[in-house]
Amino acid sequence: MSTAHGLDAAALMLDANVGTVDPTGVLNAMVPRIARVLRRRREGPGVWTLEIQPEETPDAAGAPNQSLSKDAACAPGQFNMLTVFGVGEVAISASGDPADRGRLVHTVRAVGPVSTALAQLRAGDTVGLRGPFGKGWPMEEMAGRDVVIVAGGLGLAPLRPALFRFLAERDRYGKIVLLYGARGPGDVLFRREMEKWRRFGIDVEVTVDHTVDDWQGHVGVVTALIPRAAFDPSRAISVVCGPEVMMRFSIAALRHAGVAADAIYLSMERNMKCAVGFCGHCQFGPVFVCRDGPVFRYDRVSSLLGLKEI
Amino acid sequence: MDTAPRDIITIEGLGRLLDVLKDRGYRLLGPTVRDGAIVYDDIVSLADLPAGWADEQDGGRYRLVPRDDDALFGYAVGPQSWKKFLHPPLLRLWHAERKEDGFHVIQEPVSSERFAFLGVRACELHAIAIQDRVFLGGEHIDPDYRARRKNAFIIAVNCSHAGGTCFCVSMNTGPKAETGFDLSITEVFVDGEHLFLIEAGTDAGHEILGELPHRAAALKEVEAADAVVARTAASMGRQMQSDDVRELLLRNLEHPRWNEVAERCLTCGNCTMVCPTCFCTSVEDSSDLAGAEASRSQRWDSCFTMDFTYIHGGSVRATARSRYRQWITHKLATWTDQFGTSGCVGCGRCITWCPVGIDITEEVRAIRDSEPQ
Amino acid sequence: MEQLERGNPETIRSLETIIRDHPFFAGLEEDFCKLVCGCAKNVVFQAGDYLFHEGDPADQFYLLRHGRVAIQVTSPGRGAMTFQTLGEGEIVGLSWLIPPYRWAYDAKALDLTRAVAMDAACLRQKCEGDHDLGYEMMKRFMPVLIQRLQATRMQILDVYGSRA
Repeated sequence: MSTAHGLDAAALMLDANVGTVDPTGVLNAMVPRIARVLRRRREGPGVWTLEIQPEETPDAAGAPNQSLSKDAACAPGQFNMLTVFGVGEVAISASGDPADRGRLVHTVRAVGPVSTALAQLRAGDTVGLRGPFGKGWPMEEMAGRDVVIVAGGLGLAPLRPALFRFLAERDRYGKIVLLYGARGPGDVLFRREMEKWRRFGIDVEVTVDHTVDDWQGHVGVVTALIPRAAFDPSRAISVVCGPEVMMRFSIAALRHAGVAADAIYLSMERNMKCAVGFCGHCQFGPVFVCRDGPVFRYDRVSSLLGLKEI
Repeated sequence: MDTAPRDIITIEGLGRLLDVLKDRGYRLLGPTVRDGAIVYDDIVSLADLPAGWADEQDGGRYRLVPRDDDALFGYAVGPQSWKKFLHPPLLRLWHAERKEDGFHVIQEPVSSERFAFLGVRACELHAIAIQDRVFLGGEHIDPDYRARRKNAFIIAVNCSHAGGTCFCVSMNTGPKAETGFDLSITEVFVDGEHLFLIEAGTDAGHEILGELPHRAAALKEVEAADAVVARTAASMGRQMQSDDVRELLLRNLEHPRWNEVAERCLTCGNCTMVCPTCFCTSVEDSSDLAGAEASRSQRWDSCFTMDFTYIHGGSVRATARSRYRQWITHKLATWTDQFGTSGCVGCGRCITWCPVGIDITEEVRAIRDSEPQ
Repeated sequence: MEQLERGNPETIRSLETIIRDHPFFAGLEEDFCKLVCGCAKNVVFQAGDYLFHEGDPADQFYLLRHGRVAIQVTSPGRGAMTFQTLGEGEIVGLSWLIPPYRWAYDAKALDLTRAVAMDAACLRQKCEGDHDLGYEMMKRFMPVLIQRLQATRMQILDVYGSRA
């Protein structure tokens, strides 16, 4: 006879500590820890970058803060859930240097009540932080290969941590090409950093959908940059991030250029409430974007991308 | 299973069981009649049980009808399931207080309730096990669910009455309770006596059984119990070929049948509320007017709402067609990819409580029949 | 201002080689190449020069060999709006294919730009005379048209804009 109502005792994690402090921190994936806003910076119309620092403070009852383990650093492509107390919570990808532990950077577009409230926070304000969550970019697979980064709009933000990593260990990777499309010149993110990226041997090509006269760069869709980019499709891995339509068209162009379906990774986005696979909102066919993604290898989700309203 | 020792208790013994559990600090929960249905609620004694009631169920139809005996468990399942207690409809997760240096978060303590569930059906045992996989089987654990689950004492009942919409036999989830219970009872009438065959499924159940007046079951009593189960198995109201339903649905995601069912489906979400395995939730943040206190609560949600997939100014699943398709393909197909089993236990609640009587078994049959044989 | 290239070492290479090397004419049969060449000449534009203006007769189109060209529309108060830039290996000018043979846009060189200019009337006449040449030209222009249409549609969707 089994001891635990006939079910797998291991699955129930039977122990005497239910309800008390859990040293592994697993207990509290749904409860935010406190983080303090260090600074914010305007990136463009409606887009802000927030730097926050998680705190290790006792809770109101004086007990140690029962939140996730101290090492809250995100791997490139992972995301955190940020809470504006009294307003709500939203999923935001990490957009800063993954080597900088203890300081988390997120780039937010103010579209709804929560993201708008986030974008209006000042240094010293407190936010709730849960994370890191999700599967990030395949940094290990990219070692030794050419890398083609195709980003659109705000999609460059979740890729920026990967760019930091490329810069930090440039000779681990082959040719690195960044193809970036934005709405207009004023919407180009991280424009000043692009010079630094170029200096470190990353080919950066930027295009905009429309412009007025003072823009001297490319004008046109980002997919048009793909046939012109110099990379070896047989040894390239491509990472793609941006609006879903843009990702579908970019992937079609990459495939047309000869990049294999299992050498392309994309970052999906869906409505998220819990980020831990409990609330069901982020389901995309059989996968949970929060836990099986947000980064997916293209061949594993290609049939889903072709389905409407899935 | 046939070799497990089986004993007999009387109605008095069953009453004593409730008292023993009460003395040990359990909150007694069991079936009771309210508003023309049999629901799960707090019970004090056997007098609260729906003695002498049966139910008639069909697509979009539920009626209580009187029996000609005073069986305590002579009906199938009602609109509620045990997820009402294990995965509550509303749960506060934490609250936060603003101090001079900012907000501080105070986690809600996990539940310390000790439930005793009386009358858990085989399909419901499977449904509980299915939700265990969701909340306890992955990288993250729901601590409140774990506390409620760990502290629950489960008394299963083997069904003597197959509901008009039941198809547990098709889903291999009943009608006999095989595992997942502390105690299991089968209600029998033998030689005019109202008796209950009882067996323990765990050490905890064995211990409680020891406190009740009981005797070994006689052969004819065991045979009577087996006959009850066999008769129930033979009288299922619905049927679904379930061994290949995952592949059947996944290769028919653009089937015209989805358009047809969408014309009937109101996207009311009743099916998700009554389904014992549906687990989707949403969270709501609130604060007081002064902004000095904030809190977050988790509440049941349904994939049938327009909000469920809202992103970037619109819903990914905007049409009723896509939302019905999501519900049924999750329940019968992608659930297997996610958790290793079907999400459906064949309880039939979604059929009974759908206002327009959409029948999950009929939808599967329509798609299967439309394929070339 | 268009300048014929003179004295540049590259002009010593035959136009035929240049044309056959250009991606637009990749794989062109020798006979067709000779026909097409008869309508071609090398040109160069300085940064800021216009290749043509909206409304001008569309009497030649360009195979870009080097540099970048912006396709623009100008409107009062908003100045010049670029909706596409084209570069090495690409074609500038499609309106010469259809009556009334007038440019719908401005084309301005953003950088020093070397190109092969194809005389439109000359090529149209040769295509009328040799339908096989005509079909060969259509097969090469159709993909350019369709890709530009697809790209334009994506631009119209304004996918990076947020739906407030």
